[in-house]
Amino acid sequence: MLSKRLIACLDVRNGSVVKGINFEELRMAGDPAALAKRYNHEGIDEVVVLDVTATIEGRRAFEDTIRAVSGELFIPLTVGGGIRSEADAAAAIDAGADKVGVNSAALADPALLTRLAARYGSQAVVVAIDAKRVNDRFQVFSRSGSTPTARDAVEWAIEAESRGAGEVLLTSIDRDGTRSGFDCELTAAVSSAVSIPVIASGGAGTFDHFTSVFQEGRADAALAASVFHYAEHAVSDLKRHLLQQGIPVRC
Amino acid sequence: MIALIDYGAGNLTSVRKGFAAAGAELFTPGAPSELGDADGIVVPGVGNFAATAALEGDWTASIRQAIDRGVPLLGICLGLQWIFEGSDEAPDVTGLGAIAGKCSRLPQANGLKVPHVGWNSLHKPRASRLLQGVDESTQVYFTHSYAAPVTPEAAATCEHGAVFAAAVEVNHVFGVQFHPEKSSGAGIQILRNFVAATRS
Repeated sequence: MLSKRLIACLDVRNGSVVKGINFEELRMAGDPAALAKRYNHEGIDEVVVLDVTATIEGRRAFEDTIRAVSGELFIPLTVGGGIRSEADAAAAIDAGADKVGVNSAALADPALLTRLAARYGSQAVVVAIDAKRVNDRFQVFSRSGSTPTARDAVEWAIEAESRGAGEVLLTSIDRDGTRSGFDCELTAAVSSAVSIPVIASGGAGTFDHFTSVFQEGRADAALAASVFHYAEHAVSDLKRHLLQQGIPVRC
Repeated sequence: MIALIDYGAGNLTSVRKGFAAAGAELFTPGAPSELGDADGIVVPGVGNFAATAALEGDWTASIRQAIDRGVPLLGICLGLQWIFEGSDEAPDVTGLGAIAGKCSRLPQANGLKVPHVGWNSLHKPRASRLLQGVDESTQVYFTHSYAAPVTPEAAATCEHGAVFAAAVEVNHVFGVQFHPEKSSGAGIQILRNFVAATRS
């Protein structure tokens, strides 16, 4: 049976891991390569490295960071933040990324997804969607959650799949950094609408939050940062907990 | 040296890195004639079976000659599918045909998603050189929508909507549908086993 995936996210700024609360107020949490190595050892299924400030400050994700992290891993590595063009994607992939996450650039130019899929395969193209509840719908925001768009998260996910995206990384802006639980309603709405895997992100605080997002939220994978950063053995303890709840995970 | 065939189907950085961890350097031949000195051949690949059209003709002929000389082959992902005769995904494109049968799309049954992305467990119906030291039920990383049928050559099977060939082995022709270079310790063990086959 296909396992539900646990993904550790490293939000990187200036070469160090930070964790945002509602995308602002960044806190330090360590060296990316050292954290990646620890997670790999603990049994994390995948790692995502996000250059959280790349789009705003107009920088590319640091290739040195990607190279250092990928040197520690023989599990899938996704890189996002500042991927604006095929050249940016190529730089990330050449540095060791297996998949690239595209957010603002795909909103501005949806055909970018198609071009990247043609070059690297859909499995390498992750559409990152940041959504917020606004008037009973899930509105998509761009540029690290700072800029509202006219798009609806479910509709955008469907379009992104048809344009070549191989996975959806879905972040709830409302929940991000709050540790109050994933937005299961948002996740289920998107996951039921597409046939590509949906990675739920934003709000992980307790082990039961993961149970809920896999069951009610129909997530294929769940991503978290601080839950894993600040506790030893969090990955293996969480996997044991999920197995006890009847949720298939890799161990 | 082991040859890594770059026919434009995806990124090969991880494959190179995985083999480096397994103790082998890979070279990328620029032309089929450069396969003459290869101790082993790796056919990687992601995406659509149509991409393997680039292998039709001279590459396939040279790879077939190498196999006839006893050179081990490892197909990864699309590379495993290419070892078969063809795929419904691109019916006009001919595979290597070392194993009879044709690849087809995984069924979208019981609410399961296709593509099949993530870690799933291997069932080993028989002893295998490639999977030596890899335990029954070990989980490895898959990402694909089409899959090869289970034939007597299957060294491992996996299930996602249907049972399919996760690994194949016929003499010194090997294939894996999953990505050993992304499958943590078990994956590196499999690459090591292939490297050992190229040196025996």
